[in-house]
Amino acid sequence: MKYRRELLKELYLRMLRIRLCEEAFVEPILTGEVRCPCHLYSGEEGVAVGVCAALTERDYVFGNHRSHGHYLAKGGSLPEMVAEIYCRENGCSRGRGGSMHLIAPEAGMLGAAPIVAGTVSLALGAALASAIRRDGRVAVSFFGDGATGEGALHESMNFAALRKLPIIFACENNYYATHMPVRECRVDRHIFEIATPFGIESRQVEGNDVLAVYDAATAAVEKCRQGAGPVFLEFLTYRYRGHVGPDDNIQGEHTDIRPPEEIDAWMKKDPLALLGDYLLAQGLFSPGELDGIRTEVEAEVREAFIFARASAHPKTEELERYVFA
Amino acid sequence: MSSHRILSYSLAINEALHQTMAADPAVFLIGQGVKSPWYVGNTAQGLRERFGDERVIDTPVSENAMTGAAVGAALAGMRPVVVHPRMDFMFYAFDPIVNEAANWHYMNGGRLPVPVVFWGIINRGGEQAAQHSQALHGMFAHVPGLKVVMPASPYDAKGLMVAAIQDRNPVVFIDDRWLYRLEEPVPEEIYAVEIGRARIARVGADVTITASSFMVREALQAAELLAEEGVAAEVVDLRTIKPLDEAALLASVRKTGRLVVADGGWRSFGAAAEIAALAAERAFDSLRAPVVRVALPDCPAPASAVLEKAYYRTGEDIIRAVRGIL
Ligand SMILES: Cc1ncc(C[n+]2csc(CCOP(=O)(O)OP(=O)(O)O)c2C)c(N)n1
Ligand SMILES: [Mg+2]
Repeated sequence: MKYRRELLKELYLRMLRIRLCEEAFVEPILTGEVRCPCHLYSGEEGVAVGVCAALTERDYVFGNHRSHGHYLAKGGSLPEMVAEIYCRENGCSRGRGGSMHLIAPEAGMLGAAPIVAGTVSLALGAALASAIRRDGRVAVSFFGDGATGEGALHESMNFAALRKLPIIFACENNYYATHMPVRECRVDRHIFEIATPFGIESRQVEGNDVLAVYDAATAAVEKCRQGAGPVFLEFLTYRYRGHVGPDDNIQGEHTDIRPPEEIDAWMKKDPLALLGDYLLAQGLFSPGELDGIRTEVEAEVREAFIFARASAHPKTEELERYVFA
Repeated sequence: MSSHRILSYSLAINEALHQTMAADPAVFLIGQGVKSPWYVGNTAQGLRERFGDERVIDTPVSENAMTGAAVGAALAGMRPVVVHPRMDFMFYAFDPIVNEAANWHYMNGGRLPVPVVFWGIINRGGEQAAQHSQALHGMFAHVPGLKVVMPASPYDAKGLMVAAIQDRNPVVFIDDRWLYRLEEPVPEEIYAVEIGRARIARVGADVTITASSFMVREALQAAELLAEEGVAAEVVDLRTIKPLDEAALLASVRKTGRLVVADGGWRSFGAAAEIAALAAERAFDSLRAPVVRVALPDCPAPASAVLEKAYYRTGEDIIRAVRGIL
């Protein structure tokens, strides 16, 4: 068997944890209990989980505005994330950052930020630190198809290639940047080809096939550790929810421009269902075992929301705490 | 007739764009979201249908190049308006704005004007946190060669957008999402509000409150409540941050002898500090109390709504400041 049973269980569990957590936000967002803008990751779990499973906790990742999945996949604490999105003092960013600023330094998650491509060069810097120290760590930069429009990405690719830095450029191509389909943002070529002129090895991967993601990431990590980085990976995937919030809905007006047939087609390639079916078909897990995992994760998510809701708000007299270290 | 027509702040901007684009084929609009309500609300509505996608250009996420392209098009004889749906995204565009556009005319001995509008929208609150909340007018106003306008009313939103587009210099036009639904009578015909002219939004003799953009609303509310206490506050709506209408400002301070500066930016080294310095330098003899700044603490915008409430300044803060110097 190519994959260890423990690994398969972990992949399934982590994807499910992200999915159930994201979906648990839908109701609180709609009722206004959660006010912080949330860019939900539902549908894209295969990418974060597959990539992070190829890393150790010493490796680094940086995220963007849609980073609930990156944070959880890298091993960030679930209750602390939910508490952060509720903007509570117990949150991973102490309620100062919210959904778009998730961090778990203990797990190698060095932060996420919504300035498009803003963290790409930061991941470059983490890879540079690793190269200077020769400590074998790999840095992963998660960014979307939208970020390919920013010069900072291209500058970073060039420098990474020049210095053979241990960085994986992980592009999550979900075909849209807010209201803009990717075809309106660039001429119709594969995104992964943008790395080629820099002399960077690059490939396209089915992002909803977590095992394919894991294989591609494992090979990329190996290259980086050997000093033969960087690697560019384009993951094809799709978000189930709105750009921000459960639905693209502006002041009561439905603004999702994505064709329903397109959404349906992607729903049929659900990353969780794909892995679940594989595990059952191979006889690796019984339906009862998968249900057991689900029950376990449901409880975790429930607990995390209870923790968040019970957590205190930051104190107003501590508004300026953390401005300086 | 026309002067009684009511228009919202955001639609006043929209009308300015319609009328300037119709009047001058050199005017075009470029930026993220101009074809979608996602970003710019209704400020760009109907423009694409009317002027086509050659003059109303939605762009990839590429602030540096798109802004530079607007500057270059201006050098080549166009009158571009480049919109940034959130000011925070303009940091990627600081090079074309500050190094290139602001300096170009001077460093080339006045050989070429740079008639470009950098339109940045303040979009804050709602637990959006540090990178989705910033008001950067103080930074732009610091730069020689840039003009900076911040309308507080629908009338000025239209008139200042028209003036910005007609100006021969780079103008940073800053509006605020918190004002978009504000309504008042706006003339139907095209008109410009002169850049560099403040407006006395309320007359009073006891204290001067200066404000711009959203803070004008807060200042007016504060003045209303202060009037009930028998305090007559004069509210100066700056309208233009740079060049500052020094004459209007100083005249008011000389009249009242007291100054509270309300500003939506950070407290230190910003627009509020500049105005306080001006009063100290040029109206020192008239001041009967220290100048007070009501501005954001020197702290990034927090996510938590509880902290946001402590962070943003309101009319109450202005009232407290006024009481403190009476
Ligand atoms: C510098 C900058 N410009 C614009 C935005 C507004 N914005 C937020 S998300 C987004 C699109 C991102 O698309 P993509 O990178 O494909 O990520 P996705 O949302 O699809 O996951 C844009 C343009 C921003 N946050 N930062
Ligand atoms: Mg995308």
